[in-house]
Amino acid sequence: MTMISLDAVSKWYGTFKVLDACTTAIERGEVVVICGPSGSGKSTLIKCINALEPFQQGTIRVDGVSVGDPNTDLARLRARVGMVFQHFELFPHLSVLDNLNLAQVRVLGRSRDAASERSLALLQRVGLRDQATKFPAQLSGGQQQRVAIARALSMDPIAMLFDEPTSALDPEMIVEVLDVMSTLAQEGMTMLCVTHEMGFARRVANRVIFMDHGAIVEDVTKDAFFDDPTARSVRAQTFLSKILQH
Amino acid sequence: MNGLDLEVITRALPWLAQGLQYTVQLTCVAALGGIALGTILALARLSSHPVVAGVAAGYVNLMRSVPLLLVIFWFYFLVPLGLQWVTGAGSPPRVGAERSAYVTFILFEAAYFCEIVRAGIVSVGAGQQSAARALGLDRIQVLVHVILPQAFRNMLPVLLTQAIILFQDVSLVSLLNVTDFVGAAGKIAQRDGRVVEMYLFVALVYLVLCSAASALVRRWQRTHSIGRHPETAR
Repeated sequence: MTMISLDAVSKWYGTFKVLDACTTAIERGEVVVICGPSGSGKSTLIKCINALEPFQQGTIRVDGVSVGDPNTDLARLRARVGMVFQHFELFPHLSVLDNLNLAQVRVLGRSRDAASERSLALLQRVGLRDQATKFPAQLSGGQQQRVAIARALSMDPIAMLFDEPTSALDPEMIVEVLDVMSTLAQEGMTMLCVTHEMGFARRVANRVIFMDHGAIVEDVTKDAFFDDPTARSVRAQTFLSKILQH
Repeated sequence: MNGLDLEVITRALPWLAQGLQYTVQLTCVAALGGIALGTILALARLSSHPVVAGVAAGYVNLMRSVPLLLVIFWFYFLVPLGLQWVTGAGSPPRVGAERSAYVTFILFEAAYFCEIVRAGIVSVGAGQQSAARALGLDRIQVLVHVILPQAFRNMLPVLLTQAIILFQDVSLVSLLNVTDFVGAAGKIAQRDGRVVEMYLFVALVYLVLCSAASALVRRWQRTHSIGRHPETAR
């Protein structure tokens, strides 16, 4: 069953075309990695999926709901799609626990106790239950990103979007975040990840999308992307050779 | 007449205390009212609706380009007329400068607080707004639970500085013969011919109160600032 579908999605900033007729579909339980050079529209594309960015042409559907439809309750849609940001974006004035509780209480209408119970269970899952009373600034970057993942999961999302979740992290912290993401993928979460972690893509992803100049240049299975270099476009080859060099 | 006569001050203390009470009361009401109205103006200025943003900007610019004293005079005459218009009374009610000053200062200070609050809101990163919206919070919830709490923490020192300036500006109402702290001292000074003692004493009290308030601000800043990054938190 298709969880997220994009049909000829285009977006302009003024006259500059940032997304160029992007079409793809993500099935339930599928893990798809989006990569490509910076400025290729990867982040913009996933921000269109939960309507954080508007788009001018095409159709995006999430679990059957049309994102571009003016009648769609966008807040409700966003509550069902988890998102993890490059710079974590935890709420610095709230404790870790309150970061997880806020939307559960205000959006889902859970009682504070029910929300806390769910939050603590999720913090346990990302290995940070003992940090619940701390404030975000007291945590390391890796810990903050794991809290951010737990916060997104606290809404019981039907899919998760990751926008370069490890790009702002020191190398030793990248692993702990990727581990959490891998576990999530193994549990069957539908995931769309913008990332340059090709090791993660190779281990966890089902499919890889390669973007350049706002367009989806390649949309192939992981094996085809990594193991069949001759089948790839020149642009994807150049990109891969650059990031896999070291 | 030679030398300072400190007795004048002690004798006048109850009267001066009454004046100081009015000054503090007017400052607090104007600060709270000004911040509330200023926040609404700031949100209006940041609105994507051009008319709403334009009206708010016009109001702020008007208030900030007119001298406070002129605004005080204006409202002294306008508030009774306004009340007459609202209530439909036959003649303008007698409001008195003591009470019209509350309206004046709330409306005047709102323009200054608006700019402070606006800067405070802008100081909260766009990513915070995205993260809050991504969790399904609606516009009002994003503002109330995520943006404003951080904005007010960021701008607290400036807000309190503005409140201290307001505390001093309130003394202008004495020109309408209102018995605020300066007005009370002025009346004694004229009656007893003890200008130096009274105005020195008033200055000293202002100095002590303002220094204490500044010290409080600095202390609060040290203990309550929120670190957005691990380096600044510890």
